[in-house]
Amino acid sequence: MTDKGTWMVKEGFAEMFKGGVIMDVTTAEQAKIAEEAGAVAVMALERVPADIRKAGGVARMASIKKIKEIMEAVSIPVMAKVRIGHIAEARILEALGVDFIDESEVLTPADDKFHINKWDFKVPFVCGARNLGEALRRIAEGAAMIRTKGEAGTGNVVEAVKHMRTVMDEIRKVQNMPEEELVRFAKEIGAPVNLVAEVKKLGRLPVVNFAAGGVATPADAALMMMLGADGVFVGSGIFKSKDPAKMAKAIVMAVTYWNDPEMLLKISEDIGEPMEGLEIEELDVRLQERGW
Amino acid sequence: MFVCKKGAGKLKIGVSGIQGDFREHKLMLEKMGIETVVVRKPEELDFVDGLIIPGGESTTMIRIMKMIGFYDALKKKIEAGFPVFGTCAGMIVLSKEVTNFNQDSLKAIDIKVERNAYGRQVDSFETDIQIKDFKKPFRAIFIRAPKVVEYGEDVEVLSEYNGSPILLRQGKILVASFHPELTDDAEIHELFINMV
Repeated sequence: MTDKGTWMVKEGFAEMFKGGVIMDVTTAEQAKIAEEAGAVAVMALERVPADIRKAGGVARMASIKKIKEIMEAVSIPVMAKVRIGHIAEARILEALGVDFIDESEVLTPADDKFHINKWDFKVPFVCGARNLGEALRRIAEGAAMIRTKGEAGTGNVVEAVKHMRTVMDEIRKVQNMPEEELVRFAKEIGAPVNLVAEVKKLGRLPVVNFAAGGVATPADAALMMMLGADGVFVGSGIFKSKDPAKMAKAIVMAVTYWNDPEMLLKISEDIGEPMEGLEIEELDVRLQERGW
Repeated sequence: MFVCKKGAGKLKIGVSGIQGDFREHKLMLEKMGIETVVVRKPEELDFVDGLIIPGGESTTMIRIMKMIGFYDALKKKIEAGFPVFGTCAGMIVLSKEVTNFNQDSLKAIDIKVERNAYGRQVDSFETDIQIKDFKKPFRAIFIRAPKVVEYGEDVEVLSEYNGSPILLRQGKILVASFHPELTDDAEIHELFINMV
């Protein structure tokens, strides 16, 4: 029997991104730069998160014209974002044939209580999380991939680090937990107990776990890998830097050679000026607080 | 129970960790009792008896391989008879030519491939296939899979799906357009290990 859109096909696809960099792009030209630099996928957007932050107002799914233009420009997978809970935007992107949907806090949520039932789709979804409970709730809803939320558009890696450390710390805790404590722990973090048990068995999330939200340099990317990320999303960090092509190539190399200081040194030597960073305390809006 | 012709204890297999689902290949080999290391640098190729190139993004893999001299080192070793197994992107990397995109490859096995030939991710699928000399069907997972559109006479086709070859062998090179590493079935990995 031939089956499409199965868990194996969706989650298996996410496994293929491991050790790779997924880059935010807003034009066909940027998509080509990303592909040329070695990105494993691109995220098609109307604006990068730093500009969404500046523009304010309601941020929605990118225009179809823009996403199509990017899909036609590159041979690597193309992802696109929908608002949290916006089932219709997701159906439109699935019909368009994007390869992965990011149900993302970077856009303005469409639903203040519920995320999309992602089991209902053939296209796989990635969702943001700040801790194990949030990650497992998204997986329970059908997410085939998780990323840290971090704080998008800031060029400040501190929140991504906090979220990755939190998830990893909770996984280590579950691993050492006796069976009889699992139900209570699941209740405390608001996650299904069967998924908590799976985390205990695997010693990791049952899906691929990427870092996102504030990665701006090759060293930032390597740091996230050191903390246990399977790969890295870079949003504003590439096309808000002085020399995007150089920065993109360097971050790609850093995600493969994160465990090799000599290589990291070589990679970091000539990358130009990174994007400007923002202090988290001075932000008007914290995107990471969106999602339930 | 898998019986390694050479004796499992004597073999050490590398899995390219440049990019892709190398963890799944490593876990599969370890379950079979094969010592496995993740390989990312050209000099590390000298310490393994064979290499697996996993699924992932072929454009990313080739780019990094070329940057660090992995491409040349591996090509030289393959020409001298080094066993390699490529799945999906790994098959593209090992092919002679990619017909629909302008990208380089190792030109190790005499096949021409078309990338993303089954369509985008929504068209990815899993299905049961028959493999030459295998007693039971194999669950094959095709993810944005490539299609072999041409192959040389020295290439042996071990399995086909809808008229296209999907598992092929030439000398010590084995390629699959699907992902045996995502299943629990080690039979294709066993086939490779017994080629080493």
